[in-house]
Amino acid sequence: MSLTPWRRTSGPAARSQLHGEGRMAAFLVSPTLLVLGLVIAYPVLSAVYSSLFSVPDIDPKTGFIEKGDPFVGLDNFTSIFSGAGDRFWNAFWNTSFLTVTSVILETVIGFAMALIMHQGLRGRAWIRASILVPWAIPTAISALLWRWIFDSEGIANSVLNTKVLWTTEGFQAQVAVIIAEVWKTAPFVGILVLAGLQIISSEVYEAARVDGAGPVRRLWSITLPLVKPALLVAVLFRLLDALRMFDLPYILIGAGKQSVETLSMLAQDEASNVRFGPASAYSVVLFLYVFLIAFAFIKLLGADLLGARDQSARGTRGKGTGKRPRQGTGSGRNLQKEATA
Amino acid sequence: MTGTTTTAATEEPTPPGTGAATGSGAPSGGPGARARVPGSAWRTTLRTAGVVAVAAWCLAPFYWMLVSSLRRPADIFDVSLWPSPVSLTNYANVLDPSLGFVRSLGNSFVVAGTTTVLALIVGVTTAYALARLDFRFKRLVLTGIIATSMFPVVSITIPLLKLFVGIGWINTYQAMIVPSMSFALPLAVWNLTSFFRQMPTQLEESARVDGCTRGQAFRKVILPLAAPGLFTTAILTFVMAWNEFLIAVSMVNKESMQTAPVAVSKFTGASQFVAPHGSQMAAGIIVTVPLVILVLFFQRRIVAGLTAGAVK
Repeated sequence: MSLTPWRRTSGPAARSQLHGEGRMAAFLVSPTLLVLGLVIAYPVLSAVYSSLFSVPDIDPKTGFIEKGDPFVGLDNFTSIFSGAGDRFWNAFWNTSFLTVTSVILETVIGFAMALIMHQGLRGRAWIRASILVPWAIPTAISALLWRWIFDSEGIANSVLNTKVLWTTEGFQAQVAVIIAEVWKTAPFVGILVLAGLQIISSEVYEAARVDGAGPVRRLWSITLPLVKPALLVAVLFRLLDALRMFDLPYILIGAGKQSVETLSMLAQDEASNVRFGPASAYSVVLFLYVFLIAFAFIKLLGADLLGARDQSARGTRGKGTGKRPRQGTGSGRNLQKEATA
Repeated sequence: MTGTTTTAATEEPTPPGTGAATGSGAPSGGPGARARVPGSAWRTTLRTAGVVAVAAWCLAPFYWMLVSSLRRPADIFDVSLWPSPVSLTNYANVLDPSLGFVRSLGNSFVVAGTTTVLALIVGVTTAYALARLDFRFKRLVLTGIIATSMFPVVSITIPLLKLFVGIGWINTYQAMIVPSMSFALPLAVWNLTSFFRQMPTQLEESARVDGCTRGQAFRKVILPLAAPGLFTTAILTFVMAWNEFLIAVSMVNKESMQTAPVAVSKFTGASQFVAPHGSQMAAGIIVTVPLVILVLFFQRRIVAGLTAGAVK
């Protein structure tokens, strides 16, 4: 798009220019691709590879642990579907349940927050600063904070006048995790949706008002459809982030607790016990699960992660080509003037 | 002038612009004008109540952390809204060098700082290429970078843990920094790309008319002008890296190498007879305060950066 028009190149020269741009781009992009290859592609391939091995057996003769992990093929995956898979399925359903519930809640609450912030005239800077606070608090710290709030003698029980042992095994532990998660992330959804609300032109609302649409109708027929792209991206971000939930249940409730153990926690626990084979298998399954959800979300609901950016890129390219000759001659003439002056 | 710059010029400044106008108390036009049309009193009350509710949601738990941290360890189970004798005992306990918390703060600074700097250095040229150059596979590269940012961290941590055990990297800074690049770098590239896209292309074109090569135009014209974007990206990356937990807890088992979030999560109290809640809250405040200060000063930039990828 920013080809150098003042050279008044045409035909083969322009093509070589484009070629040069490609080489330049390759040079500029390669460091990132190299690093991502090292820290993402290599580990993923390595995880797939080591998921084909089991944990080393104990040699029956010597009683020592045998060297090297025995190759077991797909056993780590097939065992998920047999009796040994109970812990996996528990983690799988925990992950799905926590993700779905908390994402629904934080979307609804975050949307409401965005509407409120969009209305509020005074103190917007203060609201914006305070809404960033839950986002800025490290998850580990917020988990500790909520563990203290949900302590058996903590503020939650004294405000609610209950005696619930929140951080012990059971449904209440899941509730505690969901509350802490929604507290931290609903404002984030709010920020993203607010940005979407702010680009809706007020004229649309004026027109609807003139046509006699009430507030509910305006929300349903104007705000929602127009804010949908921003909302979908926010929900997708949140979904993918919630699916890899780790620190919050790990600190708030504890490692290895059946009622809140997520897939990330299960895989990390296996790895920290040097059972890399099963750990890798679980992490591969989690990766596939995340990928599937993202794919379905983008395909079915049309969430436009890079679409919007890419369209604008394509748009510029289109417009760029359209404009290029005119621009080219224009600046070429300028350059000539400069040269003659 | 190209399409991006026109759309960027007309659309981009709107959110921060309205924010600034209303933030400074001026009755703004645009979307704000709609809000005061049928301005009955109870509507304003309702609106204020909503704003107060949002602020309370965000700040109340944080406030509780602050209040709890300022109680004496003996009053920790009080439920008064303000500590009756304000006490800094918890802070003194936490900052006691024997606990190693101060050291863990230093570790966090090293890990998060290095990750941020590396991600910016590696990411900035890529972002420039993605924003400005036209090349084959551009869409593929962009998709790949965005896809990596939503990777489950555990999927890369486990193989890298296995690798680092093999090469003796456990309990080192690099064992935390290298895996952190997996989320820091895509984030940095993503943010910087959108900042470069917002910059008008004429700048570098005129620089090149003046005889700069593309490289010179980038270094002497684009980079200085992109400083705010670099800075915002640095803040976002730093916050992400500072908050990282899974990698830090997996790669390190030596207390002196722990990062602050890991160290705090393992607090067991100054002595076994004192509930650790007070010192945990004090440590939580210490870990969070640098971030809250960043938020207070750079809120508009942070919001612009967070929403850069989502809305356009």
